Amino acid sequence: MKLFQRLVPWILLAIALFILPAALDDFRLNLFGRYFALSITALAIDLIWGYTGLLSLGQGIFFALGGYAVAMNLMLNTKSLAGGNGIPKFFENYGVAQLPFFWQPFWSPVFSLIALWVIPAAVAGVVGWLIFRNRIKGVYFSIITQAALMVFFHFFNGQQKLFDGTNGLKTSTTELFGQLVGSPEMQVWFYRLTVVLLPLAFLVCRYFTSGRFGDALIAIRDDESRLRFAGFNPVPFKTMVFLVAGALCGISGALYTVQSGIVSPQYMSISFSIEMVIWVAVGGRGSLVGPIIGAVVVNYLRSLVSEALPEAWLFVQGALFIFVVVLMPDGIYGWITKGGLTTFLAAFGIAKKSKTYPQLDKEVIPVD
Amino acid sequence: MELFFSQILDGLSIGSVLLLAATGLAIVFGLMGVINLAHGEFMMLGAYVTYVVQSAFKPMGGVIFELYFPVSLILAFIVTALVGVLLERTLIRKLYGRPLETLLATWGVSLILIQLIRSVSTAMLLGIIVGVVVGYLFSKLLAAKFSAKPFFTYLNGLGWAISIGIGLVAVNLFDKIRPLAKPWFGPRNIDVTAPKWLQGSWGMIGTIELPGLRIFIILLSALLLLATYWFLTKSVWGLRIRAVTQNRQMSNCLGIPTDRVDSITFGIGSGLAGVAGCAITLLGSVGPNLGAAYIVSCFMVIVLGGVGNLLGTVLASLLLGIIQSVIGSGTLLTIFPNMPMAAKGVIEFFATTSMSLVLVFIFIIVFLQFRPNGMFPQKGRSVDA
Repeated sequence: MKLFQRLVPWILLAIALFILPAALDDFRLNLFGRYFALSITALAIDLIWGYTGLLSLGQGIFFALGGYAVAMNLMLNTKSLAGGNGIPKFFENYGVAQLPFFWQPFWSPVFSLIALWVIPAAVAGVVGWLIFRNRIKGVYFSIITQAALMVFFHFFNGQQKLFDGTNGLKTSTTELFGQLVGSPEMQVWFYRLTVVLLPLAFLVCRYFTSGRFGDALIAIRDDESRLRFAGFNPVPFKTMVFLVAGALCGISGALYTVQSGIVSPQYMSISFSIEMVIWVAVGGRGSLVGPIIGAVVVNYLRSLVSEALPEAWLFVQGALFIFVVVLMPDGIYGWITKGGLTTFLAAFGIAKKSKTYPQLDKEVIPVD
Repeated sequence: MELFFSQILDGLSIGSVLLLAATGLAIVFGLMGVINLAHGEFMMLGAYVTYVVQSAFKPMGGVIFELYFPVSLILAFIVTALVGVLLERTLIRKLYGRPLETLLATWGVSLILIQLIRSVSTAMLLGIIVGVVVGYLFSKLLAAKFSAKPFFTYLNGLGWAISIGIGLVAVNLFDKIRPLAKPWFGPRNIDVTAPKWLQGSWGMIGTIELPGLRIFIILLSALLLLATYWFLTKSVWGLRIRAVTQNRQMSNCLGIPTDRVDSITFGIGSGLAGVAGCAITLLGSVGPNLGAAYIVSCFMVIVLGGVGNLLGTVLASLLLGIIQSVIGSGTLLTIFPNMPMAAKGVIEFFATTSMSLVLVFIFIIVFLQFRPNGMFPQKGRSVDA
């Protein structure tokens, strides 16, 4: 049993890398690639919400920044899309003759690869520090991150001369290594890249949630005032974890952008950022497996419902929010691991009823 | 200069709408520590109530039609207040003491309300009624037989799931009948025409024209604000609300029915949002997505003004309204044409409605660096709980 438990992640990884590409057609495989990319965002949100208790409604900022970084590089380096001055064609529509200065470094692929996670991390660090140093927390933090999201949305949406406004930057027609980014061959490679990066993101999150740093995060979640009285300053911890989450969201956004073929200000819409939170809530916050399950399950459900009844998705989504919050606060993974499943089976007489609280049983007979 | 004044007037009227909406949000937040993300959708409901009342009054024509607006103001308040009380009783009460979860649940409610307004038709309404009735009967039946069994909760849930399925089937069946299937509002924007006495100008001050609509909105919100103030400070329930806001446990010990106070406050807050929605219909066409445009501004008002303080809410909302209108329209450039180049560039950069929001947000973040708890912070020991 113990050996089996150790093998489970490797089996899942093998399935994702070798069996899914063989079993699914290009379209479905691409969808799963997107779900796995979104799972990285879910991990990031779990890091700040599930472990640190900071409900950010603005992770879309960092997601989109990562996406824009990779899209700008791809646009610049595609000969077929270049207009008269060797800069992307859409600039001509707005009468911009010279490349805006901040586009210049994105000629370099190396710079872009670094920028797609450093820029979101830097923005998250600055915004986080400004908020946390004033001891703004709880619902206030959520509101301010949402307002920040709104600001970035309006900025990217309104500045057509800089980012092509509402249209967004299309990556599916760009080229990388002489191949179309939207072509099936490239998409398979992006899928593999995502499947490799997701476990890495998982390990990063595990590194930050275990040990002393992780203990501090959980202390902030459970009682920040007490941590402060114990002589710790929570601000650096919160800023750090918000920064890491921003970087992860940037990577996730970049992976999602190349697989969905476009990055647009819609990635910074208010609803998308709250949706990210619900993936974590459905999967189970406060554990690192939960968010991945949640992101894949909810998004799969979303494609199923939208294909069958496009109008019903908002109803289903709204009901999901209410259901999870009221009846299943620990999410799917938490429900299974924290004794919900045992209670359920016991109610129907299938499993034995535990004599005491399940948590106590666990302490007597250690699981691992 | 006249232009400047008319822009200020514009800003004041936008600010008053914000004020109406934000007051409701602020009272609820101050009392229960709950952020209601469906507040914007309550505004949307108010706007649609206005539309329905207008459509009902249209056939009567003449003088009676001119009176539809006061009626719709009252009805908008009542309808949204009832929806608010319903929401508080069924959902928010269950989540007491979990503000972040309440935020997510109310967002779910707002999604459902948006889609409901988009696709509600007679067929759908009948289907929902069938589903609820069947589910209710089912749960009564199950309770009579199995209420002592350990699996009763799960069985009850299954019963409700089945009745939702039955409701869906019913919706599909009713949809086959043509006249029932037509959506009432549809996803498109709707237009409400202001009554004649609100259109045009209400006289002049010097050379400045007073547009009736804007003055009416400003007066309306001032009146409602005074009424709210009177209610909170002079009435019995207002006293109870203030007591619970200050110390919930102690009020409970002293015999104040805190759950009823919660319901009433939530109802009033939602009702104010409904009236705000009613006022918005005068400013332009409205659609199912109306709430999203206003909700973030309302939050900014609360953050800027501080919690549980009417004066802070008033100042913050008027300030935000004026900044948005004056900077967003670029009036500063026409008034002061001889500005230095640098300042001109900056103002031009921010001179659209969306970019003025960006500026407002930067302003708020800077402001919070000096006054983290808003303009008028709450004082006392129980604040930082």
